[in-house]
Amino acid sequence: MSEKMITLTIDGQSITVPEGTSILAAARQADKDIPVICYHDATTPNGLCRLCVVDVNQGRVLQPACVAQCQDGAVVETRNERVERSRRTILEMLDSAVDLGQAPEIQTLIHDYQAAPDRFPDAKRRDHSELDDNPFYVRDYSQCVLCWRCVQVCGEDAQYTFALTLGERGFNTHVTTLFDIGLLESPCVFCGQCVGVCPTGALKPKVEWGMEQGFSADEIRQMTRRPRRKADSEA
Amino acid sequence: MFDLESVLERYSERGRDALLPALWEIQTGLGYISLDTVHRLSHTLHVPATEIYGVIEFYSLFHTEPTGDTVIQVCTNPACGALGADAVMGGLCDRLGIQLGETSADGRYTVLSTTCLGLCEHAPAALVSVRGVGERAVAPAQVDDLLAGIFPPYHPVVGGDIRVLLDGIHPGRAQPLADYGDYVALRHALIASSPEAVIETVEQSNLIGRGGAAFPTGRKWRFTRQSPNLPRYVVCNADESEPGTFKDRVLLEGRPHLLLEGMALCAYAVGASRGFLFIRGEYPEAARRMAKAIAEAEAAGVLGENILGTNFSFHVEIRRGGGAYICGEETALFEAIEGKRGFPRIKPPFPTTHGLFGQPTVINNVETLCAIPGIVRHGPDWFRQWGTDRSAGTKLVSVSGHVQRPGVYEIIPGITLRHLLETTCGGIIGSLQTVLMGGAAGTFLTPEQLDTRLTFEDLWAIGGTFGSGAIMVFNDTVSIRDVLQRLGHFFQHESCGKCFPCQIGTQRQSEILDRLDAPLAGDYERLHDIGLTMTQASLCGLGQTAASAVLSAMQIWPEVFAGREGVG
Ligand SMILES: Cc1cc2nc3c(=O)[nH]c(=O)nc-3n(C[C@H](O)[C@H](O)[C@H](O)COP(=O)(O)O)c2cc1C
Ligand code: SF4
Ligand code: SF4
Ligand code: FES
Repeated sequence: MSEKMITLTIDGQSITVPEGTSILAAARQADKDIPVICYHDATTPNGLCRLCVVDVNQGRVLQPACVAQCQDGAVVETRNERVERSRRTILEMLDSAVDLGQAPEIQTLIHDYQAAPDRFPDAKRRDHSELDDNPFYVRDYSQCVLCWRCVQVCGEDAQYTFALTLGERGFNTHVTTLFDIGLLESPCVFCGQCVGVCPTGALKPKVEWGMEQGFSADEIRQMTRRPRRKADSEA
Repeated sequence: MFDLESVLERYSERGRDALLPALWEIQTGLGYISLDTVHRLSHTLHVPATEIYGVIEFYSLFHTEPTGDTVIQVCTNPACGALGADAVMGGLCDRLGIQLGETSADGRYTVLSTTCLGLCEHAPAALVSVRGVGERAVAPAQVDDLLAGIFPPYHPVVGGDIRVLLDGIHPGRAQPLADYGDYVALRHALIASSPEAVIETVEQSNLIGRGGAAFPTGRKWRFTRQSPNLPRYVVCNADESEPGTFKDRVLLEGRPHLLLEGMALCAYAVGASRGFLFIRGEYPEAARRMAKAIAEAEAAGVLGENILGTNFSFHVEIRRGGGAYICGEETALFEAIEGKRGFPRIKPPFPTTHGLFGQPTVINNVETLCAIPGIVRHGPDWFRQWGTDRSAGTKLVSVSGHVQRPGVYEIIPGITLRHLLETTCGGIIGSLQTVLMGGAAGTFLTPEQLDTRLTFEDLWAIGGTFGSGAIMVFNDTVSIRDVLQRLGHFFQHESCGKCFPCQIGTQRQSEILDRLDAPLAGDYERLHDIGLTMTQASLCGLGQTAASAVLSAMQIWPEVFAGREGVG
């Protein structure tokens, strides 16, 4: 690949990167911190959370650093007033919809951006009851931020298993299975990749969950015994 | 009787892009799509069953559970709301002894609310789906008729300063090929012009897109032709779901051949041999008439293989949307044709290089394409005789609400809004309170702004937008709070949910708008923060404009947001 180099300014610092580099990668190269929620090195970036938005050339709209490519001569500000307002408001809205109690990285961001707890009173939350339908992991979609990572690794980013998809749309979007069937009836092979990439407590190994719930080691062993049907398909 | 077996048989050689058509056939035939059906469809099309389920879940016209034999959906758009939609909805529910969203005890009817059906000139509107038969759009909707299964035809109300695009519109039928003429502009281009020359003509005409984004059409075509990858596609955006917009419906139903000739000229210019016409699912009559026109044109040799005896071939396929405003966004529309959930893609890359199936694609609005045959036939100067340099040609607007004659009007850009409403549309009913210009994604104008000239540039200059040409007129009997609530519900319902600012912002915005009569302390600042965040940080045009009307209302009527002591 013949690499054309381009030069841009990030927070006043000039930096040269190969064409096609994302603003996020360029910023990281310059040791500038841009917050992310949905972005993960192992999954296709989709620009969902918009926490990474930055100001490029004072444009009408902000640009998502994780997917926006560096342009030659661009002037990027990673944290100015309107960037801060967007990030703070997104965090406040997320906190008003989702249980972020077990998402320490997001908690740090909330603190960092002085996002007010309870900024949105009387707000509909995305409450879901905990799904404990298999011996391997427990799903609590009340803690799901909809980063899509689990759906992506289960599908075209890794496994090609297609056990997971999204139900409904808009605010009511939720991760689910075919007609909401239990994971044991679904094509899930319990590879555990989804649990590995989940940034919150929405997907949790059964052992960890059992310990949190105060079950004894024996009880947990009982709960996590593999059903026969799946014994040979587990990696 | 519906025979699933034979339907699946027909789809056996097809791929994922046949998913929406297959789901439509099953939905119409059976009234819903069951788990078992999804499994069988998955085998037929080689698409994971889980993914098919995700697609069904996205579109509001597809159901995974049985509904009544007849599903009646009543429009809740502000224009229908101002003209009695709630009474129709309430009347239906009372007569059937059900709540909104429920099915009557005998299983015959389900009543739902829906977003704008694009029949605003005959408000209030309803969409009726009969199992085994299909959809029927009804306006004005009346409780007795709806329950008796009587669907009186609606006829377009058209008018304006001039008849170019609307020439040949007749009530009750599509203009037949014999009346339209056998594609003279296409014939002329195929014999006498190179594709390059057609692009040049369109560029010189100064035509800019009529779908809302106002991008120069000739330039779009040039970029597409310059993209080296083959094949290239032509897509017509007939998703027309912007509340208050119904001009494309009138063209689709009334002048199908004008559109087909425009698409064929576009295909010739950019070097495409396949085109898609994506029509929103709520326009059943438009889909029927367009299908008939395609057959008519193919039989006459002006469409299809070796058009007019040349080696240029162009095939048009119709795709019906599944009920999602977001699929009017060009990249979401591609996803829908490809058989996926209608999520907008990240841009760049743009459709001109990476469009439908990842190939170079021209996507244009119905009205944009309908302007093409005239431009090619008569030349760019002919088109530029109307309007201004930046707003060349004639332009359609959809006027609804409190005017004497709501309808589709062909105007010469440069006339004032006052002229349009007070003269062309027969006058305003009652005392004017406000005009919502550009649809739900537009802005409110005040009576003092009535002398604004209707051009793209004049509207931008006052911080407004022409948008899709929707003009909703409200007199002082209408509560602004009610209008805002309806807009809030619309965006809450139509956000695709892909990006956080709009996914949560449209919900929070709607909640705050719902309590305008008794706001909580700090609501004004909340609305402001939500609005600016959606506008600046959202992924696509839906979120970027979802607060536009609200933010304009906050400037014009701060008292509306100040609780009960305010007016509204
Ligand atoms: C949420 C949303 C909805 C849209 N709906 C439509 C539509 O219904 N019809 C349309 O032509 N364009 C619609 N657009 C604009 C299209 O993305 C695209 O710009 C247009 O089809 C291009 O055609 P034109 O250049 O001829 O206007 C919509 C855009 C957004 C963001
Ligand atoms: S369950 Fe976890 S990984 Fe999956 S979308 Fe939700 S937060 Fe992301
Ligand atoms: S702005 Fe709204 S409609 Fe557009 S991608 Fe984001 S959530 Fe979807
Ligand atoms: S990290 Fe860029 S949008 Fe989520």
